[in-house]
Amino acid sequence: MQDTKKIGSVMIVGGGVTGMQAALDLADAGYYVYLVEKSGAIGGAMAQLDKTFPTNDCSM
Amino acid sequence: MTLSEVTKIDGVAGNFTVTVKEAPRYVDMEKCIACGACTEKCPKKVDSEYDAATGKRKAIYVKYAQAVPLKYQIDPANCIRLQKPGACGFCEKVCDAGAINFNDTEKIHTLNVGAVVLAPGFEAYDPTDAKVWGFGVYKNVITSLQLERYLSASGPTEGHLIRPSDGKPVNKVAFLQCIGSRDENLCGNGYCSSVCCMYAIKEAVIAKDHVPGLQTSIFYMDMRTHGKEFDQYLERAREDSGVRFVRCRVNGVETDGASSDLRLRYVNEEGRQKEEFFDMVVLSVGLQTPKHVLELAQTADIKLTADNFAATSDFAPVQTSREGIFTCGAIAGPKDIPQSVVEGSAAAAAVADLLAPSRFALTRQASFPAEKDISQQEPRIGVFVCHCGSNIAGVVDVKAVEEYAATLPDVVYVERNLFSCSQDTQNMIAKRIQEKDLNRIVIAACTPRTHEPLFRETLKAAGLNEYLVEMANIRNHNSWVHSKNPQDATAKAKDLVRMAAAKVTFGDSLKPVAVPITQKGLVIGGGVAGMTAALNLARQGFEVHLVEKSDTLGGNALNIKHTWSGEHVPTQVAKLIDKVIWNDRIIIHKEHTVTAVEGFVGNFRSTITGADGSSKVIEHGTGVVAIGGEAFLPKEYNYETITRVVTAVQFDKLFELKEKHVKQAKRFVFIQCVGSREGDHMYCSKVCCTHSVQSAIALKKENPERNVYILYRDMRTYAQRESLFRQARKLGVIFINYELHGKPKVTENGPDIDVEVWDHVLHRPLKIKADMVILATAIRPREDAAELGKLYKVPVDGHGFFQEAHAKLKPVDFSTDGMFVAGLAHYPKPVEEAVAQALAASARAATLLSKTQISLDAVKAAVDENYCDGCALCVDVCPYHAITLVERAGEDDRAKGRLISVNKAKCKGCGLCQGTCPKRGVAVSGFTMRQISAQIQAALAV
Repeated sequence: MQDTKKIGSVMIVGGGVTGMQAALDLADAGYYVYLVEKSGAIGGAMAQLDKTFPTNDCSM
Repeated sequence: MTLSEVTKIDGVAGNFTVTVKEAPRYVDMEKCIACGACTEKCPKKVDSEYDAATGKRKAIYVKYAQAVPLKYQIDPANCIRLQKPGACGFCEKVCDAGAINFNDTEKIHTLNVGAVVLAPGFEAYDPTDAKVWGFGVYKNVITSLQLERYLSASGPTEGHLIRPSDGKPVNKVAFLQCIGSRDENLCGNGYCSSVCCMYAIKEAVIAKDHVPGLQTSIFYMDMRTHGKEFDQYLERAREDSGVRFVRCRVNGVETDGASSDLRLRYVNEEGRQKEEFFDMVVLSVGLQTPKHVLELAQTADIKLTADNFAATSDFAPVQTSREGIFTCGAIAGPKDIPQSVVEGSAAAAAVADLLAPSRFALTRQASFPAEKDISQQEPRIGVFVCHCGSNIAGVVDVKAVEEYAATLPDVVYVERNLFSCSQDTQNMIAKRIQEKDLNRIVIAACTPRTHEPLFRETLKAAGLNEYLVEMANIRNHNSWVHSKNPQDATAKAKDLVRMAAAKVTFGDSLKPVAVPITQKGLVIGGGVAGMTAALNLARQGFEVHLVEKSDTLGGNALNIKHTWSGEHVPTQVAKLIDKVIWNDRIIIHKEHTVTAVEGFVGNFRSTITGADGSSKVIEHGTGVVAIGGEAFLPKEYNYETITRVVTAVQFDKLFELKEKHVKQAKRFVFIQCVGSREGDHMYCSKVCCTHSVQSAIALKKENPERNVYILYRDMRTYAQRESLFRQARKLGVIFINYELHGKPKVTENGPDIDVEVWDHVLHRPLKIKADMVILATAIRPREDAAELGKLYKVPVDGHGFFQEAHAKLKPVDFSTDGMFVAGLAHYPKPVEEAVAQALAASARAATLLSKTQISLDAVKAAVDENYCDGCALCVDVCPYHAITLVERAGEDDRAKGRLISVNKAKCKGCGLCQGTCPKRGVAVSGFTMRQISAQIQAALAV
């Protein structure tokens, strides 16, 4: 499989915590990232939560 | 790219062409300054999706106050103008920025990428259709997500828990579990959603904090708190917070008529029919794959499981059925935040494995304008006072703070912002710095912990050294805590601004410290987690040293036959070992342990010592701790005296060998939670319920005549494992619940083993005659974990498992930079979670190893050679061992003697040395005596 040149960019579909984490790690490791989000802003479901266990941190 | 959806994925791994459809926003993102004037004027109100329909939003809106990007959007389905041309259009009239564009159109983008990661998430189950819960009929029946919004300070009631029907205070609330989960009849979702038990407990505890005296009851079937520290939280909720737990399935919710109270009927644990009234009922709704994600799966051409989640292998948990397309998060099964974050990093690792040859091919470096030299300039301070929406401005008189700031010495410019952290304000601040020639900045807003990095970037973008900014925390330290005393809060905000301005006046331009990185990894532990991490790093192009204590690779997986989904473990482990052995970037050190460590992120030097006593030193930039766990050997249940009482691991061997006693035996009893969830071991070993159910199924399949019993406390066949639990029940496996205070008794009675247990259905003691008893024993941490932890300065928790940096957001990082954790060393977990964590650790390590140097924060201790006399008081207090004594280099006698030297890479800038030094011989940059003294004097100068 040495035939095709690999493209050094990645598309992440979904801008919740998991998508953002993947995007950050890939960008930090030297890949160009397109983060595609269906709604008007990233953040996903976690942004809706009040506080999170166990630190009771605000989810923002 | 927001408002965007993938409509087509062509091509192959390494070279995909993806079509993305971007819906019109009708607001120009470049022009919108998020002032909110449009929303104020918009006459159309609709339910807010963000508030889960508990609150309203307008047709032109932002998703939430801290949204990124903070740009308004028009919802075309509800916009009066877009529905009826010529009508309304108020937003366009009030928008000073001219950002409204009713003629905006859909755009199609075609992008060329090497890989695709699907992370579209889940939707909460909608209980409306099930009817029996009264959701949508009785106002006081709400979902758990709605309760989150009611409890939130940014929610519709600003955190006050009131009844939606009449606004009365809530005194008694019931949580109903498994709504939309573990229920094939009402919703078709047979699986367990994994997260609801834990979030219900959290919500109950927080609701009790909000409303003193609130009675909370959780109605559940099995309490599935299998995550790290979850069982401890459950016990605290029960014992300290007084949350009541009732084990039963409630069949429906009825109303009491006029009072809007809600009636629940259920059969309690004593078998009695009960009727109870509540003010409010919260439905703990499950997670499911939304329709648009099913369509996405079809577009991406990936296979799904029977439960409609993406199908993945336990040994490649983020790889879909189509090469080059990966998943992370809830698309591949319901899971909690930590596991979703782990999978995000794991997907990054899997992508990097595929695309490693093209690393850095397409990235661009952010460029900043040349830094202005301010050393000869007089201070010119700019103060920016943030409203934080109403978070600050709702309490503090921000206008008064603004006016006051303008009177402070050296302050030449002051301005107020709705959100100082929003992108448009950032651009504006940079512009002001240049226009007004500002050289010191005060941001009166929130905490530097979360926002200082952002403002530093803003200064850099304006050509100002990033350390010339000071934050005055007038929110967390002020408006939040003094919300009942606005006048005092305003006075305090002025004090905080005055102090920050005084401190920043004496700030200097600081240069970040650059540290070279040894681009090699070290992995400790040669089990599945360790090997997976090592292999991934090697395939990303880094040299890896793999250290294994024993003489074989494979670890605990060598004792497992099948994963929960039935994959054959020995085959997969053999393949993995093969790949590791034949990878020439992996150097394996069997029969070695780490015995000494020096260095720091990017530059570790670990000494490993072999069984023969010989040592060698390995230089590495990052490390992954994957030393696994140990099987617990019990003393109870007469394990040591009755030969046919065996542990699960022993039973697996006997079963595989078709050992005579097992083959002939007709009566089997499994006892769960042996060594887990009690006393000092208040944690769930996570894998044992599923494992016993699998063994029970195998026994029943081999001979349906057999009697198989499982004695359990809570069956924790979480997520899609629930199908095994269902299958076992269908095959006639008998499940008997026991409580901790009534543990089963196991005695030998001639040829039989007698197992006595209290039966909760029959309400009488039950004696089971068994041929074999199998104990589902706990997973314990390694004995030497704490010792290894000390070497790398990484902590273990109260149970002896390694403690990650942050339970939710940094699940594989340690608080020590450059060190990561994976597998059983972190907490008991099944294979696919260990593999995901190993990949995640590798991805996190690769973010460092891919660089030749890292730039560290400039806030470090610096020695003043004129004052330091080498007394060494600071050497002992430094918690990071960053300070050493060195000989002075000077020639003449006066300069001779010793002084201290600070290792900038180890120094965290905590300032203990500065506080200890009697001579002012050492100071932390950015916190010099002059700065702190100015700040204190300003505090006192009222």
